Amino acid sequence: MIYLDNAATTKMAPEAVEAMLPYFTEQYGNPSAIYSLGSAGKKAMGEARRTIAAAIGARQEEIYFTAGGTEADNWAIKAAAESLAGKGRHIITTKIEHHAVLHTCGYLEKKGYEVTYLDVDRDGIVDPEALKAAIRPDTILISVMFANNEIGTMEPIGEIGAIARERGILFHTDAVQAFGQVPIDVEEMHIDMLSASAHKLNGPKGTGMLYIRSGTKIRSFVHGGAQERGVRAGTENVPGIVGFAAAVRRALSRMEEKARRERELRDYLIRRIEGEIPHCRLNGHREKRLPGNVNISFRFIEGESLLIMLDMRGVCASSGSACTSGSLDPSHVLLAIGLKHEEAHGSLRMTLSEENTEEELDQVVGHLKEIVQRLRDMSPLYEDFMKSRKE
Amino acid sequence: MYSEKVMDHFQNPRNMGEIEDASGVGTVGNAKCGDIMRIFLDIDEDGIIREARFKTFGCGAAVATSSMATELVKGRTVQEALQVTNRAVMEALDGLPPVKVHCSLLAEEAIHAALWDYAKKQGIAIEGLQEPKADIHEGEAPA
Repeated sequence: MIYLDNAATTKMAPEAVEAMLPYFTEQYGNPSAIYSLGSAGKKAMGEARRTIAAAIGARQEEIYFTAGGTEADNWAIKAAAESLAGKGRHIITTKIEHHAVLHTCGYLEKKGYEVTYLDVDRDGIVDPEALKAAIRPDTILISVMFANNEIGTMEPIGEIGAIARERGILFHTDAVQAFGQVPIDVEEMHIDMLSASAHKLNGPKGTGMLYIRSGTKIRSFVHGGAQERGVRAGTENVPGIVGFAAAVRRALSRMEEKARRERELRDYLIRRIEGEIPHCRLNGHREKRLPGNVNISFRFIEGESLLIMLDMRGVCASSGSACTSGSLDPSHVLLAIGLKHEEAHGSLRMTLSEENTEEELDQVVGHLKEIVQRLRDMSPLYEDFMKSRKE
Repeated sequence: MYSEKVMDHFQNPRNMGEIEDASGVGTVGNAKCGDIMRIFLDIDEDGIIREARFKTFGCGAAVATSSMATELVKGRTVQEALQVTNRAVMEALDGLPPVKVHCSLLAEEAIHAALWDYAKKQGIAIEGLQEPKADIHEGEAPA
């Protein structure tokens, strides 16, 4: 099997699994308990919080653990909107956010909030000038993702943060894809809230966090006990949090080396596909992109067919085609960067890890050449295209 | 998510390709929705479908339904082919996931479109056959 879907989820790092194990059967006490069985978990969570805070230049009391990136996005946006409703009801985000942000904004629109969805350019980059122009006196929140999950494009977060800070507007970033992959500093980048998830960086599923800058007015999202400084109730997922921190430690210690390796593999794969398969295009910015992200549209073919055929050859990847999104429309991200529907349906996302090898990628390119040709031979769009070229 | 039959027809599509100087060709679907099917029919003087072929841009179910639809109409009369419904195509494939039912409808429409083209070329009317929608490129999706 060749796994090229690391943006969907990753294999857990052995040290993260190892770190979690004692908290299932030995140190299983509730961290809120008085007796000593709970204290090991409590201590481990404290360390985890410090590790994760340090990873983004934050303080430990600014890190709140959640059940994942989606919860963190929901919390940040809904709670900020509710807390600041007295000041205004306008939110600015982008057309290429993850559904965790887009659908949360859609929910708020039904509750009477107004949302501006900023356009992006052909590469998927938000224009800071367009952001400035969209700001109104009643704008209470700006939410722009750190890096896009489909096309890997990295946004000018520092610039956007500076604009938000200057105008006194709360700034949230969904960093689920970027956290642990590229350097993040909430001070330098003027980030007020940041969502992250453990399972994208070789940690466990079901664990994430929301960074909230001290002094930010934000309400409780999950009501109940006094956990997480009283704003996110529920007995803490101690093993998950410990595994998250172990994964973060590992990611930080080898970030540069890992990114360099992934970039090499990424650029090798892109170069070979572009050089050997006609009528394709790279989606997303060529340089300002996540180290492991490759997203390519093959014209005249449809993504689900491509994925099934790759799966039959042992290759795991994903697509922005409608058939894989569960709706009739292809990926909103690919449409936002100006792709025609046909090109969006024919997209293939391959997200690499440092464990992939050139030999694996050679095999993938071999499979792709064969599959793409096979599907084109089957495609009426390709037939029409070839005929129009002869004329 | 697909039945074994769907996977079989996707992996080993029957009757894939074109027919030169076909008696009737029908293309349905829309690039916007991500499915386009083109069916070619070779129909003899007795009105029997001698050969049926297809070309499809679409998902696994779209390919499999095209393949099955051509199998079902081969050797049939025009009137019999008109009775090959999307339900028949689905049943022959041991079912489709609910989100893929539209693919079988498209296969039925593609057969009808090819028959319509045949009738037009022959200057005949086929009872019970209506003009298909022809809009395969990036327009608005049909409602």
